[in-house]
Amino acid sequence: MSLTQLVGIFLAAILTENYILCKFFGICPFLGVSKKLDTALGMSAAVTFVMVLATAVTWPIYTFILVPKELDYLQTLVFILVIAGLVQLVEIVLKKYMPPLYNALGIYLPLITTNCAVLGVTMLVLDKGVENPSFGYIASLVNALGAGIGFLVAMVMFAGVRERLESCDIPKSLQGLPITLVSASLVACSFLGFNGIVDKLLQ
Amino acid sequence: MNILIAVLIVVVIGLIVGIVLAVASVLMAVPVDEKAVQIQEQLPGANCGACGFSGCSGYAAALSKGEAKLGLCSPGGQAVIDAIAPIIGAESVQSVPKTAVVHCNGNDDNTSKVTRYQGLQSCLAATQLYGGMGECSYGCIGFGDCMAACEYGAIKVCSGVAIVNPEECKACGKCVEACPKKLISIEPKKPHAVVKCSNCDKGALTRKSCKVGCIGCMKCVKVCENDAVKVENFHAVIDPEKCTACGKCVEQCPQKVIHLSK
Repeated sequence: MSLTQLVGIFLAAILTENYILCKFFGICPFLGVSKKLDTALGMSAAVTFVMVLATAVTWPIYTFILVPKELDYLQTLVFILVIAGLVQLVEIVLKKYMPPLYNALGIYLPLITTNCAVLGVTMLVLDKGVENPSFGYIASLVNALGAGIGFLVAMVMFAGVRERLESCDIPKSLQGLPITLVSASLVACSFLGFNGIVDKLLQ
Repeated sequence: MNILIAVLIVVVIGLIVGIVLAVASVLMAVPVDEKAVQIQEQLPGANCGACGFSGCSGYAAALSKGEAKLGLCSPGGQAVIDAIAPIIGAESVQSVPKTAVVHCNGNDDNTSKVTRYQGLQSCLAATQLYGGMGECSYGCIGFGDCMAACEYGAIKVCSGVAIVNPEECKACGKCVEACPKKLISIEPKKPHAVVKCSNCDKGALTRKSCKVGCIGCMKCVKVCENDAVKVENFHAVIDPEKCTACGKCVEQCPQKVIHLSK
């Protein structure tokens, strides 16, 4: 797999296949943690880290253990188990060696255990491998990193939108979650504009 | 047969994850500071930051390591000091209750507005536009950013000036940070003279913009026997530690800027 293709996968994961705004995974942190820019950044950094790590572990488990035994229907169960264990491990390591980062991430770290964006990345990467046999381990890792950065881009953009919403004169019936969902859909619409841009860029 | 392999694989993966986590948690255990936990239980849990640490847990950790002094917790007051002192094995200290003080008396009777402002009803926003609407560019805006910041309902805005109720005030200092004009300070809750003006203009200008503005005439400095009053930036500043509330400066002040607090 050439470098150009890897760059293509990376950009596609950020723009055209953005896990929040195009695939609608991870809406819970997208709405819950995007009120302030700094928490949005912390959450996205943690998610990116866990996405890459989870893909690094689940891809070999799936390819070398589950597929040869024809047990690929177990992937959801096994992946959740592995991701939960990984998040716990990351938490222990951070607490010991990087207490400032651990304190900054706070509650968001355990919350990632049940984040469907992380599970989605690890599972959808495998579907891509079925469609295109050259989509191997390295490509999967690059895709996971791109997905994490795409998560960060979406979170930071939306945090900016919400900080502006704070000072707006919003009709009473739309205040709170309704206006947040409306603005989320508008941001998602804007991401449709990236359709096909990566393929054309790399031609 | 197939189902047995499936069960086996999930069990084995679960076991591996469990063992790795168990080993990791033993290898990388972080010792928990028992003292800090005990101290934190005694603190009010308001996480106001008046002590200068990042919330109650930060203060508790610093106390247990002996890096912080007792009595920094203003919401807790004497009760918290008495509860924590035996835990860290220190002598209990006498706490001086504190309260927030607004250094401006420019209400609607004493000064007036020169511009009309229709934007966001917030002092911070209004300050960005030509320093606010008032004739005095140092005075209270009156939209009550401090009132919004106060979690104890101790501040209210009366005819354009914020007023602190010392009975309710816990001296957490949130209003001090919220005020864009920096008019609020935390002072001990004891009788002392308070200068209710922060105007940095020269006397002649101040006199035009507000009836009760400090003109920096130095009369209070001369009359004070305890060297508690200074004039800085064309307005008087009183050190509450030195002030004995004798009231001489209050009588002398030609602008009636100095008030006695209870």
